[in-house]
Amino acid sequence: MRRALGHGDADSVLGGGLLIGALHEIFADDAAASGFAVCAAQRVSGTKRMLWIIQDFSALEYGTLAPTGFAELGIDPSRLLMLRVANAEDALRAAVDALSCYGLGTVILEIAGNPKVLDLVASRRLVLAAQHKTVTIFLLRQGAVAEPSAAQTRWQIRSDRSTATDDWGTPRFAAELVRNRQGKTGHWVMEWNCDDGVFRKPDDQAAHSGFVVRAPADGSLAAAMRIAG
Amino acid sequence: MPLASARAMVRELNVVEADGPADAKLLATIADWCDRYTPFVSIDGVDGLLLDVTGATHLFGGEAAMLKTVCAAMTRQGFTVRAAIAGTAAAARALARFADTTIAAPGAEAEAVALLPVAALNLDAADTHALRRAGLKTIAQVASRTRGELTARFGKEMVFKLDRALGLSEKPISPRRILPDYMTEHRFADPVVAENFIAGSILSLAQSLCRLLEERGQGARRLEASFFRSDGQVSRIALETARPLREPNIIARLFRERLDALSDPIDPGFGFDLIRLSALHTECLVPESVGLEAMPDDDKEIAFLIDRLAARFGSHRILAFQPQDTHIPEAAGVAVPAQHAPEMKLDWEARIPGEAPRRPLRMLAKPEPIEVMAQIPDGPPLRFRWRRALHAVARAEGPERIAMEWWKNQEPQPTRDYFRVEDEGGRRFWLYRDGLYGREQFAPRWYVHGLFA
Repeated sequence: MRRALGHGDADSVLGGGLLIGALHEIFADDAAASGFAVCAAQRVSGTKRMLWIIQDFSALEYGTLAPTGFAELGIDPSRLLMLRVANAEDALRAAVDALSCYGLGTVILEIAGNPKVLDLVASRRLVLAAQHKTVTIFLLRQGAVAEPSAAQTRWQIRSDRSTATDDWGTPRFAAELVRNRQGKTGHWVMEWNCDDGVFRKPDDQAAHSGFVVRAPADGSLAAAMRIAG
Repeated sequence: MPLASARAMVRELNVVEADGPADAKLLATIADWCDRYTPFVSIDGVDGLLLDVTGATHLFGGEAAMLKTVCAAMTRQGFTVRAAIAGTAAAARALARFADTTIAAPGAEAEAVALLPVAALNLDAADTHALRRAGLKTIAQVASRTRGELTARFGKEMVFKLDRALGLSEKPISPRRILPDYMTEHRFADPVVAENFIAGSILSLAQSLCRLLEERGQGARRLEASFFRSDGQVSRIALETARPLREPNIIARLFRERLDALSDPIDPGFGFDLIRLSALHTECLVPESVGLEAMPDDDKEIAFLIDRLAARFGSHRILAFQPQDTHIPEAAGVAVPAQHAPEMKLDWEARIPGEAPRRPLRMLAKPEPIEVMAQIPDGPPLRFRWRRALHAVARAEGPERIAMEWWKNQEPQPTRDYFRVEDEGGRRFWLYRDGLYGREQFAPRWYVHGLFA
């Protein structure tokens, strides 16, 4: 079963949308990844609740989740549960447990860096746990280098510049689908419509497309800026 | 006697310094161990324990047999013990400390304590001394005086103590631990060590506990498992649940999670000879009719997940968000333990349709200072340096002026001017200037407070 993101081109490449009950990896090193993850999770969860698993370190380094910010994205903060754990090992363990809960729509597992415990076996375990029920897991990799994994899709996310002049600031992502187990890859600028809760192709896409940069797979923003510059 | 004199008398005297706290700790451990006989245990002075065994003696074969069991167990541990059973705690205390009789027949406390010295009344030193000076050496002699005389000379408290020692009135002992609402226990003839056996016994205890709870229409909110080791150590493991619980499998599963997550696992040593499961706090739980078409209920599943995660990581780590009635950005939504989340009284502030988000998705726990270059002092920054990276501001919107809650704090706090900015790479930040330029602060500082998606 798939759930459409709302962005026509991306959905067609994905074969109709994001696969439910699967592992999706999101790489980035700024807040854009969190935004993309939570928006995608909102699409996938429907009316069910989400669990965000966050390490204490990530909360310090990248900021804690602000419920008011969720409300501003058009997502009801009451539907969000947050689990704070001390280390990546606990985070993985909690994620596998949470994936066995019917009541959840998605689990967002935020892991900073490249901890040893998150290897191919661990990601395979997450995939198996997710397949078992219908809970989707987003693995949010902050400041990490891509490694082999069992993920269904892998995204590289960057913030994209606003183009609207008066009311700028709508979440815009330069999203690159770097890996897709069931099809082609691609890159798009995706805008999150906070009122309707869908991803959109920005209105100014045609004029803007020249700016989209292939973000490097190692996730380093400096490299991206170098290419862009 | 001074130590020097004692040393002079016995040459090979072994001297050990008194260690009050260690003694108290040992006494507390023994009190814990005594929990196996009755939940009513309290500490008496520095070297005594009071146990209320009302209604518990038949479990151990009567008063005499129970006294013998307790004393034998203590002696085996290497303690010297004196014990007595009587109708009131004060009488039992007097007998244990001053008499050879060990069990006072019901109603015969006065006789039993009659010949004991007045010290057995547990009065303060001055009163005991005064009684002796008055020629009243035994409790019987004191009791022969009229109450009026005694009250006039020693006060009411002394008369109460006398009555308690004589078995005429009773003051209930205050137990050290909260008395559980319900409890079940397994005693083992041979101490058990095997992990799966312990897990199995928790499950069967949970089953009998749930039967008890079901009879009374209750569900457990706080549970405790106590493991009594055969050498006297007692470990206790408590857990809480998000909603009243009465399902043995879930209770057993939660305890398994909790036991797995312990940083120092409970050490069975030579084995546990008693495992007890108690419901410390219960709430009314209306039985539900379970139909054949019953679907797995989302909320119930979530509550179970919350309990599991709380059992493993602690209830302060699994959080839900609640709106607060304040305009201070960092306080507008708080994370509260999901197990204890109260009913929501407020709604989240609705977003303004058609507008871009005004609040960041992630907020730094502590706003981080930045170096800022601004064109005009009151205006938005042109460039800022945060965490050693320089960001050139491409767009900015603001200020959104947020005054602090002056009615809550004694010290006036500076007003914050918030700016929503976007750097040339498209990253969006929430910055503020702490204090109004020129009015509240001479050179206000700038901070990053949040990051937009």
